[in-house]
Amino acid sequence: MANVRQIVVDIISDIAPDEDVTNLDDSVSLREQLDLDSMDFLDIVMELRKRHKVEVPQEDYPKLATLESCVSYLTPKFVTA
Amino acid sequence: MDDTQRIVITGIGLTAPNGNNLLEFRKSLLECRSGVKHHEIRYMGKQVAGMCEFDEYKYQSKKLRRRGTRAGSISIYCANEAVSDAKLHWESVDKSMVGVFLGITEHGNVETEEEIYQMHQNQLDWKLWSPHHNPRTVSNSPAGEVTLNLNITGPHYTLGSACAGGNVGIIQGVQQLLLGEVDLALCGGISESSQTFGIFAAFAAQGALAHHEDPTLASRPLDKNRNGIAISEGGCIYVLERLSDAKKRGAKIYAEIKGYAINSDATDFVNPNSERQVQCMHKAIKRAGLNIHEIDLVNMHATGTGTGDVNEARAVREAFQDSDKTYVNFTKGHIGHCMGAAGSLELAGNIPSFEDGIIHPGMNCQDLDPECEIKNLVINEPKLVGNITYILNNSFGMLGINSALIVKKYSV
Repeated sequence: MANVRQIVVDIISDIAPDEDVTNLDDSVSLREQLDLDSMDFLDIVMELRKRHKVEVPQEDYPKLATLESCVSYLTPKFVTA
Repeated sequence: MDDTQRIVITGIGLTAPNGNNLLEFRKSLLECRSGVKHHEIRYMGKQVAGMCEFDEYKYQSKKLRRRGTRAGSISIYCANEAVSDAKLHWESVDKSMVGVFLGITEHGNVETEEEIYQMHQNQLDWKLWSPHHNPRTVSNSPAGEVTLNLNITGPHYTLGSACAGGNVGIIQGVQQLLLGEVDLALCGGISESSQTFGIFAAFAAQGALAHHEDPTLASRPLDKNRNGIAISEGGCIYVLERLSDAKKRGAKIYAEIKGYAINSDATDFVNPNSERQVQCMHKAIKRAGLNIHEIDLVNMHATGTGTGDVNEARAVREAFQDSDKTYVNFTKGHIGHCMGAAGSLELAGNIPSFEDGIIHPGMNCQDLDPECEIKNLVINEPKLVGNITYILNNSFGMLGINSALIVKKYSV
């Protein structure tokens, strides 16, 4: 099964290459830990679609707030993707 | 003339295919070092082109480079280098009175081609079209990126003026200073054209794309065997200010802008009109209050196309008649055609001659086309002529836009 956490971290490190993503706290908001803005989250959504054919509808964007919520929201999508 | 009405150059930041600052660039021009190489161009394979090798992250984070454009990256590098060269105390500069005016040939082709390419790689999934495409491709984008990077809150915009862009950007800076709209102008021209395949394909379709097995010999303006344009990218941004302000802060003054002109051929989409080019040069000379014999050096636009070079050579012969002391050179043999950056870069390449009295040669003109013969043409070897006081810089573009800019060695 795909390592969803690693997939998301890899995407973040490509989108925000200046950031240190090695010690992220999975339960804390990504925006609190990293210099990410709303456009960066659009990029994350775009990369999930491009690389993994995973779609995230606009109403679900808040579910990408923490790594923990990313994993719980995205994992079922990766199972069916 | 009142010092508030005199506009001077106090900083220069540039990147060219053969140098990333004025010292390197000038050295390459004097030593005839080409910046044109073979590069892989999407769909077309190996082509000659001039790419810049400056450090994109010297003044910009990786994230913002990724979000922005190559044109923005070139602009940010050149603007920061210019500000640093001008030795401005940037923290205390009133940013609301700084303007950014950049001449461009075109903008957005690189980003649009990339989006379409990516869409084709992904089964035409249009939902992968980037949300960054709009801010990347609005035509003020390269100048806007400079304001974001340097926290400038005065006016910014680009000037779409084809390959006359470099001169036109500088002229806009002069005018804004004279109008009192800004106290400091970051102006010049930039181009990322060599990052897009479309411009290569279009010049190839016109039979005007340079080629040679040795890429350093591909761009050969005025040579009998020239075969077209070597497409390059580049940028050159100047700090311009009023002489009164420059004096107040004890700035080093490179040159004074003395005259300029922009006109239109109104004859053809692509083919130039030498009569209008003569009119443009004469208008600039008249504005500067000079006569043709006072111009020491003319930098030709000379792109290396068959008709373009012949037309401009005719125009320069006609414009300067029998002027004994007017020398003529060109720059595209070294660096190819830097498009929107060409005018401002080529001017920068000649400005050091005010100090060293040397004219850099036009490169790769081994067998001068008789139709391109011009009195006092400096080719292949630098020429020490001593005192140089006035330089006229030509820059022309498609749709018949002509520009001529005259700079003077600074004297009180």
